[in-house]
Amino acid sequence: MIALSIVNISAAVISASTPLLFAATGELVVERAGVLNLGVEGMMLMGAVTGFAVTVSTGSPILGILAAATAGAALALAFALLTLTLMANQVATGLALTIFGIGLSALLGSGFVGQPVPALPKLHLSGLSDLPVLGPILFGQDALVYLSVCLTAATAWFLKRTHAGMTLRAIGESAESAHSLGLPVIRTRYLATLFGGAAAGLGGAFLSLSYTPMWMEGMTSGRGWIALALVVFGSWRPWRVLAGAYLFGGVTILQLHAQGAFHLPAQVFSMLPYLATIAVLTIISAGPWRGRFNAPADLGKPFRPSV
Amino acid sequence: MWFKVEPRQEASQAVIYATPVLAVALTVASGYFLFLFLGLAPAKTLYHFLISPTLTFYGWSELCVKAGPLVLIASGLAIGFRANVWNIGAEGQLTLGAVGAGGIALAFWNETGLWILPLMCLAGIVGGMLYAAIPAFLKTRYEVSEILTSLMLTYVATLILGILVYGPWRDPLGFNFPQTRMFTDSALAPLILEGTRMHIGIVVTLAVAVGAWVVMARTVIGFQIKVVGLAPAAARFAGFSRNRTVWFSLLLSGGLAGLAGTFEVAGPIGQLVPHLTPGYGFTAIIVAFLGRLHPLGIIASGFLMAISYNGGEIAQVEDRLPQAATGVFQGMLLFYLLACDFLSRYRIRMAQREATSS
Amino acid sequence: MTFTVTRRTFLASSAAAAGTLALGRPGRALAADALPIAFVYTGPIGDMGYTYAHDVGRKAVEAHYGDKVKVTFVENVPEGPDCERVIRQLATSGNQLIFATSFGFMESTLKVAGQFPKIKFEHATGFKRAPNLAIYNARFYEGRAVLGDIAGQMSKAGVAGYVASFPIPEVVMGINAFTLAAQKHNPNFKTKVIWANTWYDPGKESDAAKALIDKGCDIIAQHTDSAAPLQVAESRGVYAFGQATDMTSYAPKAHLTAVVDLWANYYIDRVKKVMEGTWTNSDIWWGFKEGLVGLAPFNPAMPAPVKASAEKLKADITSGAVHPFTGPIKNQKGEVVYAAGQKASDEDMLKMNWYVAGVES
Repeated sequence: MIALSIVNISAAVISASTPLLFAATGELVVERAGVLNLGVEGMMLMGAVTGFAVTVSTGSPILGILAAATAGAALALAFALLTLTLMANQVATGLALTIFGIGLSALLGSGFVGQPVPALPKLHLSGLSDLPVLGPILFGQDALVYLSVCLTAATAWFLKRTHAGMTLRAIGESAESAHSLGLPVIRTRYLATLFGGAAAGLGGAFLSLSYTPMWMEGMTSGRGWIALALVVFGSWRPWRVLAGAYLFGGVTILQLHAQGAFHLPAQVFSMLPYLATIAVLTIISAGPWRGRFNAPADLGKPFRPSV
Repeated sequence: MWFKVEPRQEASQAVIYATPVLAVALTVASGYFLFLFLGLAPAKTLYHFLISPTLTFYGWSELCVKAGPLVLIASGLAIGFRANVWNIGAEGQLTLGAVGAGGIALAFWNETGLWILPLMCLAGIVGGMLYAAIPAFLKTRYEVSEILTSLMLTYVATLILGILVYGPWRDPLGFNFPQTRMFTDSALAPLILEGTRMHIGIVVTLAVAVGAWVVMARTVIGFQIKVVGLAPAAARFAGFSRNRTVWFSLLLSGGLAGLAGTFEVAGPIGQLVPHLTPGYGFTAIIVAFLGRLHPLGIIASGFLMAISYNGGEIAQVEDRLPQAATGVFQGMLLFYLLACDFLSRYRIRMAQREATSS
Repeated sequence: MTFTVTRRTFLASSAAAAGTLALGRPGRALAADALPIAFVYTGPIGDMGYTYAHDVGRKAVEAHYGDKVKVTFVENVPEGPDCERVIRQLATSGNQLIFATSFGFMESTLKVAGQFPKIKFEHATGFKRAPNLAIYNARFYEGRAVLGDIAGQMSKAGVAGYVASFPIPEVVMGINAFTLAAQKHNPNFKTKVIWANTWYDPGKESDAAKALIDKGCDIIAQHTDSAAPLQVAESRGVYAFGQATDMTSYAPKAHLTAVVDLWANYYIDRVKKVMEGTWTNSDIWWGFKEGLVGLAPFNPAMPAPVKASAEKLKADITSGAVHPFTGPIKNQKGEVVYAAGQKASDEDMLKMNWYVAGVES
């Protein structure tokens, strides 16, 4: 009974954390390249509606997931055109992208409300998945959950170990110097922004295909904003972002189990995920690592190569 | 032949005024096809969206109601943004300002007097400031990013308001519904014109916007803020305190957001309810940047946003435009406005390939 | 087609500004005799819950009257400073009957109604009336009592989970009616409540349902708008009840039935009354009897005796033989609130803010 509860609660935590992890990992790469895209919520919604619509229409969740990533990237492309080519203000463009994405996803999805879609199949590895407790937790999730963790690992490896990753980081720290070294600032920033959009789209698809397999207007309910905060929480490092996503998701689930304790109003418990994130970040920042987690120096600053 | 993009040395006044016009023209063209595609009469819908809100005195009074909080909040945020202080939690500071003001209104519910409204404004400002002081403290003391704290605290603010209006502050005669008593006349912002909802808040807002301009253009602290934002190293060298800038920016923007919250509950709402704001604190960020962080620009962009909201409502009512399409249209308008800014900073010339070797 | 607002109405309204606003001029060129009516929704029509159910009623009005009505609706109207402007716009635009379908629109509707005395307004789930402002509500607790009756028989654990939105009387009343009916079959029946603190966030609603099942609940009821709790119940193999509409398609195995909001009858009736000139500012609280509350078809998995018991309770409530809040009723502290045979008054129910024994919130 206790083992079962652990498995079930873990599954709930994983579901609550995965969409945040996708979107935050994508945004992390964008920000490491020096670009601040606040349109995560809009891109997630576009991913959610496209993933759902394509899955329903074609019957193939794989096509749906691919379409979701494409839709997220397409919206990110609009952002990139505006901010990287036309030098529009990144903060304002990102917020406008959110307004646009919320509207467009609702418009596109109006015909899909109320339609059922089978949830993504859970993985089952005979042997491993049957192990007590750890088996179903580690080896019994759906493909997108593994993809989200792989994406984190790949991002960490990419940023730290590859030449392209180092280029991207250099560009985020100082586009001016990177450019004078002959690094392709604009191209790299385009690609990073598209990656961020695709990852946000996947986060949306996880919502509409796995977490709650349905399409409803505005179903992300602010998760894009939380993802943005988690990038800051993770101090622009992939594994810390993962820790942040699971901290937030974990407290979100556990507060539901704690509700009713001490005769406190339910709202107090609903505050906990937000307060816990602030508290943990404060403790980390006050510790010996203090001052080492600065944002990419050129974050949000426009850059245009001077010929 | 190819296009060559080069920065303008100084944007001419004509270009600065012409680019928004171009942006609106492009929005109208795109909107035409969007509405056509949705099976509506495009010209009529565009008219309702962009023109109707400005045709009557009543329309303008409602634009003031809508633009007021946006401009008030954006004026404060813009100062912080110039110093690279990223307060994105104005929504929460607005809420706590409303709580402060509402608390005064309820505490003196049986009293009348001209002092109640000013006291509410004070409480609203203090409420917003106190709430913004949390990110300021964590930033200056522990280097915790104000982006994260101010955003997370926004969600907490809504829940704090919820505890109060679902709990102790409920209207005792209100069938246990989540709302406070209606404020008495002493606690309501006087209307500028009877029969409209336009209240003194808009006057205060315009005064604040001008005041913000004076602070930024004419005072030492304004100069410090600009230096801290543009050249942090130089600011340190000059002995300008970054921490003081953080505190100043957050307290100022928090206080103004709190004041905006005060005018919402003392103005059009008239009581505390669980949902006070349709996202004013977030929209104000767009308003600030769309107005290029300049007070007069913020007033203009605030009214432009208000037109797009109120016009969207009119188009829904008159043309049965789907609500989702109003968001798409609004997004397009913003995209074009932001993109056309490019033209005021760069010129595009057709040039011979050889001629560009300079 | 003429535009609503012209320079002349501007002058006229400024001139009349001291009194009420003279904006009530019907501005639309309408098909002969078509009655313009409007609906204001707080959510999106695609929420599959509360707003969706009102919109089904709106469509029924259109289907019933055809060319005789011209129906407008505005969705996603925020409760706050904006709804007053939307309602006024609808009045200015010439609508003769305006339904404001959310509690949060109460003060705004009241205010606009005062400014447009010739237009009829109707406000759902509130308590403030005016000469041209009627109020209406549905006795959803009757339906929830039937759900409780089913839960009391279908739950092996004797513990139901209740995904709730906010502690307003409407929700509290539903939780109590559900629990009391279940306790008729199982006196030890308990209802565990989790507050999602939202009407509409599929993810949070599903999290809450999961937590309830993990806490030992084997049947799930909800008072939030999305079908997410049902999907959780389906995948975890427990039973559940839908909300506002028949949600069987989301959870064919888990969905036992749902309290269905049937606003159509009321809306059609009100439009008729306006057309006939017999409209009054009534205060209506209709339930099973008047056809405003219904039940979705029972799941075939429900045993015949359970179905029969549910049908009988529904019939008894409809006929008035049974009142879901009939004493003895104790509160959570074990104090007797209603003595044996005593019935809760409508006013008591409308302001209910306490829970019956057996509710764990």
